[in-house]
Amino acid sequence: MIAEAGQLALTFAFALSLLLAIVPLYGSFTARQNMLLLAKPLAFGQFIFSLLAMAALVYAFRTNDFTVINVAQNSSSTLPWYYQITASFGSHEGSMLLWVLMLAGWTALVAQFSKALPLLLQGRILGILGLISAGFIAFSLFMSNPFARSLPFYPVEGRDLNPLLQDFGMIMHPPTLYMGYVGFAVAFAFALAALISGRFDSVWARWVRPWALSAWLFLTLGIMLGSWWAYNELGWGGWWFWDPVENASFMPWLAGTALIHSLAVTEKRGTFKSWTVLLALAAFALSLVGAFLVRSGVLVSVHSFATDPGRGLYLLAFLLVVVGGSLLLYGSRMNSVRSQARYQLFSREMLLWGNNIFLLTACLIVFLGTLFPLFHKELGLGSISIGEPFFNQMFYYLTIPFALLLGLGPWVRWKQQQVLPLVRPLGLVAVAALIVALGVLASMQSVQANLALLGMLLGAWVGISALAEVMLRARQFGSVSKGLTKLNASHYGMTVAHIGFAVLVIGVAMTKTYTIERDVRMQEGDTAEVAGYQFTLTDVYDLNGPNYGGQAAELDVRQNGNFVTHLHAEKRFYRIQRTVMTESAVHARLSRDLYVSLGEELPDNAWALRIQVKPFVRWVWLGGLLMAFGALLALADKRYRRKITDPGVSHA
Amino acid sequence: MQPRRQKRLAAVILVIALLTGAVAAMLYALQQNIDLFYTPSQLVEGLGKDKVKPVPGQRLRIGGMVVPGSVQRDPNSLKVSFDLVDTGPLVRVTYEGILPDLFREGQGIVAQGILVDATTIDASEVLAKHDEEYMPPEVAEAMKGIKHVPPSQQTTSEAPVKEGRY
Repeated sequence: MIAEAGQLALTFAFALSLLLAIVPLYGSFTARQNMLLLAKPLAFGQFIFSLLAMAALVYAFRTNDFTVINVAQNSSSTLPWYYQITASFGSHEGSMLLWVLMLAGWTALVAQFSKALPLLLQGRILGILGLISAGFIAFSLFMSNPFARSLPFYPVEGRDLNPLLQDFGMIMHPPTLYMGYVGFAVAFAFALAALISGRFDSVWARWVRPWALSAWLFLTLGIMLGSWWAYNELGWGGWWFWDPVENASFMPWLAGTALIHSLAVTEKRGTFKSWTVLLALAAFALSLVGAFLVRSGVLVSVHSFATDPGRGLYLLAFLLVVVGGSLLLYGSRMNSVRSQARYQLFSREMLLWGNNIFLLTACLIVFLGTLFPLFHKELGLGSISIGEPFFNQMFYYLTIPFALLLGLGPWVRWKQQQVLPLVRPLGLVAVAALIVALGVLASMQSVQANLALLGMLLGAWVGISALAEVMLRARQFGSVSKGLTKLNASHYGMTVAHIGFAVLVIGVAMTKTYTIERDVRMQEGDTAEVAGYQFTLTDVYDLNGPNYGGQAAELDVRQNGNFVTHLHAEKRFYRIQRTVMTESAVHARLSRDLYVSLGEELPDNAWALRIQVKPFVRWVWLGGLLMAFGALLALADKRYRRKITDPGVSHA
Repeated sequence: MQPRRQKRLAAVILVIALLTGAVAAMLYALQQNIDLFYTPSQLVEGLGKDKVKPVPGQRLRIGGMVVPGSVQRDPNSLKVSFDLVDTGPLVRVTYEGILPDLFREGQGIVAQGILVDATTIDASEVLAKHDEEYMPPEVAEAMKGIKHVPPSQQTTSEAPVKEGRY
């Protein structure tokens, strides 16, 4: 009964989304206020019914209702309760419903927090969001129904959740990532609404900015959680694989990063308008490309869902309609938009424009690298793969100029900046960066590595420059302590996010250079020495978990004879799905991780073990966290909550 | 020229230079990093219409099913070797390291490595998808017509094909 109720709720949500798509948009063209006023209640209604549908699905999972195909395929009665809940969005159908719920949630948030918007604009934005919702709910209802039953023949026990997804990281990763993906729909709707009305100014940019920032915040967190999950759960000790699906989430992130920077220019200076709109369209279009790649089965990866040509075609058609329609509107409206502001070659505008160019180049590289094998195969040229080296090499070259510009950017004024006043402070920053980089490498006792040196230099340059810039700005208010309280929250947000980037660059370069990985054959009592640590295998015994068996290994780690830690690595065999999973043992410190995963059993009671010492790997995720925290700080800025807007405000 | 025009021109030239550089670097990197995919029979008989065979020393990917009984381990190290097959000839793969969790005889895998001689590959990486029914799609294509019945469908014939990979 509950499953049918869920389906009914989803059908109601569909009807409401159709109404939301038609009524306010029609009202906006015929100037009927009562129709525009309907947008808000419709948006709330759509959210409530989507929520009911999701609740029904979770209920079906919690009560082990195996007559629902989705439940039977992805859950079992032995599955712990928290994984039963997360299993509800572990499948294709369930994750699509989560996607729909997120979109409805964003729509409701826009409806709630858009009191300052003119009614006409508000109606159009909600109408466009309703249009997108209708497309996705229709997909969920007609192409991938999460509530489909297998009556009258149903299994007595479910097939269990894919063991890969039975991890804490997986509880958090999909919802945050989807919040990010779908969040860009809001910026997209704002852009389209503005295109329809033909009104772009700094007020418009100020309205969009918090929405773009919050979507970016979630996407950053989601990608970071995914990377952390892969590190813990896949047992290779890698944190980024350039897997097609990772790339699918990375592309909207890059476009979104470009968007939040470009929005800054549009808000402060009233230029870059058409460019900003294009980026807002691109960020959401790339989210849709991601959805298409993951769900159509055209790409093979650990992430991809089962192939279904019908679903792929629907998504491709939807993508083409959304992208084609918005580009058509863009083309027909954008030539009437003119920017008035003037700026010199050395100005903040130009530097932010450089930021955009590099981010979009990066996006293009990821796009080509991901889709090239697909085209290659479809053209009949044979199957190829483009591996990590390609992406690593390209990002290596891109990061150098990008980080150099990033260190410079915040110092430069809008409109025009004289070179001379910047020479002394930036010279000092460069010297400090050099000292820090060499100091750190000297303490690592090897200065041979180019990549590490480069990464440290760039990271220190960006980080120190960001800190020094805040101090200098603060001093302009008289004293530093007084100035620090006067600076905008968004200024701190920017600084923290930039420091996050610095931390990320340092983490990547240091891990890549100094990671030591050894695959060893060990019997109980054997000791292996890796990077100055002695790993002793003390015990291997059989495991007995709720829905898995397998083996566990106990290791003692010593450094120069001093006990460091005890490690517990598992190799689980999930009974129902009959798959083997590695649960790696990690001892994490800010400066290094000790990482052990248990491999296969070898003859003579021996085991294969993969032992890794990974310096600075935590910094990769710490950097991501800092970036997300920076976005949160920027969101806290007072000016996004003021109702009466004052276009003349400009910090810096 | 007006200074404003001059600036625009400089900006445009800068963009074009950057883009050219990026595309050139990208093509160069691509050229070095494309690995062709072979199945064992393609490796032995040649790929495509022209029957192009890979040369020893070439980096490539190979995908096939592990021949049951062919896995040989070195007792004192992690060296292992096994045969791969799709429809005809066998190809030997040597590897040192930990095999993936789902490596099993009779299971489809993909190996990345360097061709040592006409039928031997020294692998640097062995991949098996985290799925019992996995067969590399290229191998599935080559084996078209040979019916592969996944274990799940043997037991529950009515159940639809399993889904749900993140």
